Amino acid sequence: MTLQHYLVISAILFTLGIFAVLTRRNAISILMGIELILNSCNLNFAAFSRFMTPADISGQIIAIFGIVLAAAEAAVFLAIILAIYREFGSIRPNEVDTLKG
Amino acid sequence: MEFTLKTFIFYGFALMTVASALLVVTVRNIVHAAFSLMVTLFGVAGLYVFLQADFLAATQVIVYVGGILVLILFGVMMTSGRLEMRIHIERGQLLLGGAVALALFMLLLTVIANTPLWKNRIDDGIALPPTTEKIGKLILNGPFLLPFEVVSVLLLVALIGAALISRKEVRD
Repeated sequence: MTLQHYLVISAILFTLGIFAVLTRRNAISILMGIELILNSCNLNFAAFSRFMTPADISGQIIAIFGIVLAAAEAAVFLAIILAIYREFGSIRPNEVDTLKG
Repeated sequence: MEFTLKTFIFYGFALMTVASALLVVTVRNIVHAAFSLMVTLFGVAGLYVFLQADFLAATQVIVYVGGILVLILFGVMMTSGRLEMRIHIERGQLLLGGAVALALFMLLLTVIANTPLWKNRIDDGIALPPTTEKIGKLILNGPFLLPFEVVSVLLLVALIGAALISRKEVRD
């Protein structure tokens, strides 16, 4: 296995996440896309840490911080989704357009 | 490259990750998408094991599969009636989004293939010692102490905010 194997897997995950965010019309599916993007990012940190500086594991610690931030982001995202659902009765991003001019 | 059991398992995890991520973005039923996401997260944890990041793999399974995925399933249950389970996709958006994603993927592949510093970095196969002790020392008694405290305050603030936003408004 080389570093490029991991980078290609990470690039595929990132692209699929972007695709989900761009095309899905459901807020929870968009959240799943964002989680894919964050996972590809953490995988990159761990891979670079292993292959570029094997003795130093700072990259893994950054990846752990990334996981913590993903947890905080998911909690706030779902709280906002619940509030939107209570207000609009739907979580399709197209239908939440009160501020639209 | 010789074909050993290790490379076989590596490609198994890679295929599992990529195929289930593809299912997450293509399947129409949102509950099926959530369960595919679980397989993706387990696959990434397996790749962490291959990178000898044992603590990171354990954290991935506990936080993502045990925490975030359960949150997502709760979100699905609370907001999706029977009609909302199927994800609505528009055709024009699908084409445009696919084109953007494909262009981005080609760009990333070009960068990965052409950066000289990243070539010839082969896994030497040397077993490193477990990382948990090192990570604990770096976080609690080293350069990462301040970021650790900041991120714990951030997590507290985010959770309080989430509880405040999602509770029912009391009108009087």
